[in-house]
Amino acid sequence: MIKRFLALSLLVGIGAIFVALMMSYEPDASLNLTARYYAENTASETGSANIVTAILVTYRGLDTLGEVTVLFLASSIIGLVLSLGNKQNTTLRKLVPVGELLTTGKSYLAPIIMLLGVYVFVNGHLTPGGGFQGGAIIASGMLLLLLSDPLKHFSHALISLVESLSGFVYVSLGVLGIVLAGSFLDNRILPLGDFGDLISAGAIPLIYSLIGLKVGAEFSSMLANLSEMEDLQ
Amino acid sequence: MSTLLTAMTVVLCIAILVAAIVSIQVKGDKSMSIAILAAGLVSLLASVLFLILAAPDVAMTEAAIGGGLTTFLFFFVLARMRNGEREYEEANHD
Repeated sequence: MIKRFLALSLLVGIGAIFVALMMSYEPDASLNLTARYYAENTASETGSANIVTAILVTYRGLDTLGEVTVLFLASSIIGLVLSLGNKQNTTLRKLVPVGELLTTGKSYLAPIIMLLGVYVFVNGHLTPGGGFQGGAIIASGMLLLLLSDPLKHFSHALISLVESLSGFVYVSLGVLGIVLAGSFLDNRILPLGDFGDLISAGAIPLIYSLIGLKVGAEFSSMLANLSEMEDLQ
Repeated sequence: MSTLLTAMTVVLCIAILVAAIVSIQVKGDKSMSIAILAAGLVSLLASVLFLILAAPDVAMTEAAIGGGLTTFLFFFVLARMRNGEREYEEANHD
């Protein structure tokens, strides 16, 4: 009873804080200094049609590198913890049969889902979305394959190769930015091209594709590790 | 924001709350699957809300990770749990 009362009063308290925040919120009449700079100069400086992508990949590229590193650490630690146990004995495991709908549907859906993921990160500088979203979409395609065939084995060597190669090239491109264009992860190491074209905005499509591959590989390795883990007795 | 958008936002917020309560409170035979689906619905509706609030990039992340990956992952774990339960029952029968 007293536990319930505590939980309820906590909820009411949090609700009151949010209501107070909402009441005191007044939208800015004009863009603030930083936002105005981005809105006015993104197109001419980076050639990217999507301002969010330009901020994530060039202006705040270091933060994105940090995010990718955090995801990499999480996926490595999951791999480390799960590899301490024994690999499951696949011949002994009995499985709940997978439905007909899933087995037939996955062979049509999985390629389309992965293609959508690639589309999202390749077009990151033109349309909403980018490396993280595209990578997550690719990983959900992989998860669909795992759901329909729980004993499926993905090549861990291939996943690690994609993951580490794209990470290495990503950082190399960043360092190349210091040498050629003046700052880390500067996208002007390649010609900016025509505004709105698929191949434009300098190195942004390249960098975001690498991020997409890296994120997709990291999520996929997490899922593959989870699926190959032995059941606890 | 126009009146239509405001009305849609209110409807979405109510739907999110209902889905969240369903995912916590659902009882019965298939309660686990329904709870997972309702939790996925919360993310999906939240991503529509982000879209209305003019944040398509965030909406995409929410839909891909919250609505897609997490929901799939929960079902995946649920299937593994069912396998474990079955093995346990069979072991007790013998």
